[in-house]
Amino acid sequence: MRLTRRDAVAALAAAGVAVGGGATLLSDSPEKSDASPLDDGTVATLVAAAEVLYPSEVEDTEPFVTRYVQRRNADEPDRATAVADTVAYLDEYTDAWFDAAFASLNPADRDDAFRRMGVDTADPDPDGSDVERLRYYVVNELLFALYSSPTGGKLVGLENPRGNPGGLGSYQRGPQS
Amino acid sequence: MSADRDRTPSPRVDVCVIGAGPAGALIAERLADRGHEVVVLEAGREFDFDSRIDRMERSIRPAHGGLSVWEMGGERDAYSSTGEWFYPLNTARVKGVGGSTLHWQGMVMRLHESDFETDSRFGVGDDWPIEYADLKPYYAEGEKVLGVAGASDNPFAPPRDEPHPMPAFEPSYSDSLFAEACENLGVTMHSVPNARNSESYDGDSQCVGYGTCKPVCPSGAKYDATRTIDDAREAGARVIDRVPVQRLHHDDAGETVTAAEYVTPDGTTHRQEAREFVVACGGVETPRLLLLSESSAYPDGLANSSGLVGRYFMDHLFAGTGGVLDERTRQKHVGFLTSGTHQFYDDPTVGTEQGIPAADADRAEMTPMKLEFFNYAGPSPVEMALDGETWGDDLLGELREGYGNSIAMGGLVGQRPRKDSYIGLDPSTTDDHGNPVPEVHWRVDDATERAIRRANDIQRTILEALGAEITWQVGPEDTGPAYHHMGTTRMGTDPTESVVSPRLRTHDLDNCWIAGSSVFVTSGAMNPTLTIAALALKAADHIDDAL
Ligand SMILES: Cc1cc2nc3c(=O)[nH]c(=O)nc-3n(C[C@H](O)[C@H](O)[C@H](O)COP(=O)(O)OP(=O)(O)OC[C@H]3O[C@@H](n4cnc5c(N)ncnc54)[C@H](O)[C@@H]3O)c2cc1C
Ligand code: SF4
Repeated sequence: MRLTRRDAVAALAAAGVAVGGGATLLSDSPEKSDASPLDDGTVATLVAAAEVLYPSEVEDTEPFVTRYVQRRNADEPDRATAVADTVAYLDEYTDAWFDAAFASLNPADRDDAFRRMGVDTADPDPDGSDVERLRYYVVNELLFALYSSPTGGKLVGLENPRGNPGGLGSYQRGPQS
Repeated sequence: MSADRDRTPSPRVDVCVIGAGPAGALIAERLADRGHEVVVLEAGREFDFDSRIDRMERSIRPAHGGLSVWEMGGERDAYSSTGEWFYPLNTARVKGVGGSTLHWQGMVMRLHESDFETDSRFGVGDDWPIEYADLKPYYAEGEKVLGVAGASDNPFAPPRDEPHPMPAFEPSYSDSLFAEACENLGVTMHSVPNARNSESYDGDSQCVGYGTCKPVCPSGAKYDATRTIDDAREAGARVIDRVPVQRLHHDDAGETVTAAEYVTPDGTTHRQEAREFVVACGGVETPRLLLLSESSAYPDGLANSSGLVGRYFMDHLFAGTGGVLDERTRQKHVGFLTSGTHQFYDDPTVGTEQGIPAADADRAEMTPMKLEFFNYAGPSPVEMALDGETWGDDLLGELREGYGNSIAMGGLVGQRPRKDSYIGLDPSTTDDHGNPVPEVHWRVDDATERAIRRANDIQRTILEALGAEITWQVGPEDTGPAYHHMGTTRMGTDPTESVVSPRLRTHDLDNCWIAGSSVFVTSGAMNPTLTIAALALKAADHIDDAL
């Protein structure tokens, strides 16, 4: 299933960004690169993480994640710093264990790295340990983006997931497939 | 509009309202609109509307405790729970401009005629000193203020003279799955009235389906009392936030309240003087404030010569049953209910010819109940994902397994008033201002437990008729409160047996009025806020007369 611009807008709306400015996000105007709060390496690492975190049916992860994380952190320097720090920790970890930055690992090793550091059972905590912060700022952030979007919801048969202002039609409709 | 930055008192005003939930907000708005000078003192803060999306994210993501959504908890909100059952007070209320309606679900029904007459009809509980007919016009007005979407398709509802201000929400797909089973069993389904915009209403958004109504509606489609506070301000009322009232002062004779003493965030103490005072702090803080305001004239607490301030604490109790169907049930698209049945409300013991067996009990042995068909049974995929221990295809597999086929019914059961269920003060613990915290001593009776079991039986029969495999039930052993705090300053004509008169004024003091569910004599089984609104509008009329 393809992740679209509309999904990014919906996920951002769920996260409190661009609610009024959804139209700008949907339009074809280029992203405001000067406002980019995260550097390319950080974004690439988040995309690499999403490739493992998202189910294989999902397509177009890269533009979705890029748009989402850039906009999400745009006017939030504290959050952007926290995300960048957490991603830096991830790279340090894989450097130590796999001798490579996270994004250059193959997906199986990325998955392995996450499990090895215990992020699967860690409590998400923005103020917690490195791994707890990783669970919060990377894993749950990306899962929240996906599963509060219509496409993420559709994967499980729920076109209007919690957090998405999907209107009053879908609750009245029967199963879509 | 934002709260007054200047937190110094106004020169003696006509009316001082304490508490900016729906009860206080409505009285403030009505009286300001009639030209009276009104000051509202609110303990909590005014939340920025634009922060609601962040609050919604907090409510979905597991890192943030539920209490953080509306910033409840901590020393300010300390309490003790000493009853037979634990009472989770801080999940049951919000302090802030708007009060607990910031968090509420927004189901709004009128009480039934029988709720006002349980003693004369069934020989249990006590009668109210007013009847349904006295409240009927106020209910209609309350529905307008709260913006209620509803329909006149409920054959069990008490009489009404005009339609709801907005059409009801259409039934859900999930409701349609129940429809056939209910019809076969002789159970009548009908719409649920919602204080939620089925269309745009008075400048506020139509519901857009965020699905997080409880605890936060980011669109403002769900009514909350910030709307009424805005109207009150427009009518000229002054609203001061973050000023918890510490105590009320009275004159030497003990006949009138002279001032409300409050503290500002920087620790300064002020007194607001007024001709009339309205205590509208919710069913727990209202009795607490009276108890804290003891004096030599009122050694047991202000307005407490009956000794009943804080007594007869009641709540509604949840009864639920759920399971899975072998087809998709389409849950969690929206966060509210669209169908229910009040068929078993006035007499929970009756059965139907088609398959609900009558209960082996008298009406007097049970309390009323209302039953609902859930639109949000089972887990929410996004929340499962954030709590999961896996990701990728494995996670998707788990979500598909967990979401999709759940189905459930819920319901509320009323409780009997009993004197030994109470809100008191616990001097062993103090709040951030050194005041004894509220002690919640909640007790429930056998009739209530019997009614919960009865609700479970009916729910099970309906779900089984539907072909559901039942996987859970919340019965008398694991039930909990619905967060409706009632009874703690009950209404009556006899000053030795009640705290306020039918005009909602305390028997003891000439100018002290109480608004909220603390004046309820019985609980019924309907969510209380529409009745709170109706009583507040009635009180506003009486206060206006007094002025
Ligand atoms: C999760 C939840 C779901 C609910 N769902 C429903 C529903 O579907 N339908 C329904 O009818 N009801 C529902 N309720 C109940 C509903 O919210 C309350 O009945 C209603 O808000 C009560 O109104 P109130 O104005 O009396 O009190 P509140 O709304 O509690 O407001 C009281 C205000 O007084 C302030 N205050 C307290 N003490 C002081 C003091 N000393 N000085 C100054 N200010 C003070 C508080 O800070 C608060 O803001 C729900 C409640 C909760 C918590
Ligand atoms: S479903 Fe409607 S009422 Fe509930 S949160 Fe969404 S917009 Fe508000």
